[in-house]
Amino acid sequence: MSLLDVRDLSVVFQRRGERPFTAVDKVSFSVEPGQTVGLVGESGCGKSVTSLAIMGLLPKRGNRVSGEVLFEGADLLKLRPDDMRDRRGRDIGMIFQDPLSSLNPVVPIGLQVAEVLERHRGMNRKAALKEARELLDAVGIPDPMRRLKEYPHQISGGMRQRALIAIALACKPRLLIADEPTTALDVTIQAQILTLLKQLVDETGTALIMITHDLGVVAGLCDTVNVLYGGKVVERAARHELFGRPRHPYTHGLLSSVPRLDSPRGERLHAIPGSVADNIPWVEGCAFAPRCGNVVDACLEGTPPLEPTATGGDLRCNNPVSEEVAVP
Amino acid sequence: MSDPMTRPGVTSPRDGSGLPASDLSAGDRPGVEEKPEGVTRDLGRLGDRKKARLDELARATADKGGVSLVRDAFRRLRRNPVAIVGASIVGIFILVAIFAPLLAPHDPAQRFDELTKNLTVDNIPGASSEFPLGSDPLGRDFLSRLIYGSRQTLFVGVVATLIGLGLGVLIGALAGAFGGWVDNILMRFTDVMLALPALLLAISLVAMASRSSQWTVIFAVAVVNVPIFARLLRGSMLAQRESDHVLAARALGVKGRSIVLRHMLPNAMTAVIVQATLTLSTAILEAASLSFLGLGDPDINRAEWGLMLGVDGQRYFEVRPELAYYPAIAIIVVALGFTLLGEAMREALDPKNRR
Repeated sequence: MSLLDVRDLSVVFQRRGERPFTAVDKVSFSVEPGQTVGLVGESGCGKSVTSLAIMGLLPKRGNRVSGEVLFEGADLLKLRPDDMRDRRGRDIGMIFQDPLSSLNPVVPIGLQVAEVLERHRGMNRKAALKEARELLDAVGIPDPMRRLKEYPHQISGGMRQRALIAIALACKPRLLIADEPTTALDVTIQAQILTLLKQLVDETGTALIMITHDLGVVAGLCDTVNVLYGGKVVERAARHELFGRPRHPYTHGLLSSVPRLDSPRGERLHAIPGSVADNIPWVEGCAFAPRCGNVVDACLEGTPPLEPTATGGDLRCNNPVSEEVAVP
Repeated sequence: MSDPMTRPGVTSPRDGSGLPASDLSAGDRPGVEEKPEGVTRDLGRLGDRKKARLDELARATADKGGVSLVRDAFRRLRRNPVAIVGASIVGIFILVAIFAPLLAPHDPAQRFDELTKNLTVDNIPGASSEFPLGSDPLGRDFLSRLIYGSRQTLFVGVVATLIGLGLGVLIGALAGAFGGWVDNILMRFTDVMLALPALLLAISLVAMASRSSQWTVIFAVAVVNVPIFARLLRGSMLAQRESDHVLAARALGVKGRSIVLRHMLPNAMTAVIVQATLTLSTAILEAASLSFLGLGDPDINRAEWGLMLGVDGQRYFEVRPELAYYPAIAIIVVALGFTLLGEAMREALDPKNRR
């Protein structure tokens, strides 16, 4: 049984008197214990909304969530709010994008780590602080004893993200959702944080959902990658397959947009034409069709189905990039 | 970061003899490279020096747990001349109020024969060596009454502000924490109170009381300030609700009560605390206004600046205008002091001014 099985998850935002907007459209994917799964896509493709829906953190009003989120067989979407709250932080941890704003500015770091331990593991303050010190040590924060008493604005960005990771992993959750954990950090710190995440995930056997728009992050970390476009999964493949032989024109475009150090001087950067604003609704055809170089007539006649590929992945495309075309 | 050299308050080592290899200070060390002889001995000594220097740095930074929000704000406050002026006025005022019995030359309620014998409708005895500011219309020592008046003013101002703060925080926190219909009901209620002019509301409240005492004044002034605190806190609570760290706390399964009390309220209180300092000055002015209008404490023995200005000062203005001037100046200066301090605190605590 998968650790997490997301089936046909849809999130529709609707405000009274306005046209409903489907942010996540029947997304399905699963995460095995200890596995690292990537959710990749550009801004607005539904990555973060998917993670918030899994965590049950979407606002109560103004949206409709349907489908199933099975965590060890239990549907998280059907849990009572209290039960879901008990699971958050204990069974599923989450790391957010901006480490500064995700920490409470008026509470010392130590207490913020201790809070989770007190909440889920019933520790008293003293034991929790002792454990917090060890956790900070484990995520590579130097001089953890002193950091315990410091406030978030007094430590550096990389250390804040380390502290957040310590908080998220404090109760040894079986699943960790990292929502663009490196976006707010500079490149050298990014590498450190990713190495740390990988190491911790390997050590504790925690499964990881890595949400990112950065293909470099995916390349270094993920076992399986789901590429999202316009709220739907358009391609799913093992990491090596995806990077070696991308089949969906969108994935192909994303990979060829990555600037390379070894490309000849003066060569223009490749870009996917158009923007997300050009999308057509999935019911009318493939949302990517207006920006796609491989578009055929069938692309404008209803949603292409997500079909299994020969290499064990899934693909939603009528006219995929042929397997022989390698990424430049 | 963790590097002690970048921490504020720690000066980098300056003396010219040590650390030729150190990257922090290699440039400004003349003379070190010119002595190749005895290098080994020097290096040994330098190693010791370096160790000592590091230990020293470690000690200097060890027990400072860094600068907390409050301490940081306080540091900024100390550099602000406006804050210094405001704090000095407030400080002096509080000292005078506390030590009034020591400072005042006479009992403020006692009528002195020396003064009453010269007292007529068109003559009030002026300054003399024993009574530096002369007499009030009832033959009491005016200076002593002014000094004792500071106690009354401070008491009314502080207590009224605290009561208003307490009620306002309660209403604002409830509205901000629950949102929805609780928020709607509480905020319509505060809107109604805000719609009435403050002084008019206070006057009506005092007039409704069957018997006026200083507590009716305190209560009226407090109630007038409740909607301001409530509105302010509710607004920042709602902003906190949407903030990332509250989302992060929810993602950790933190219970609703802890989220409100530990994550939302402390972050939302800054604005309210600053408003409280500013409210101290309006509370003093409002309390004085009520006394001025004759709605204050009816006890004629109690020295109160508003009362002194309103009853004695106004009635005998043509005989001895000082009776009006001194209490008026006292009220203005104290209110100004609290306003300056409050404004400076607002600036110092404003997160936008943080580095």
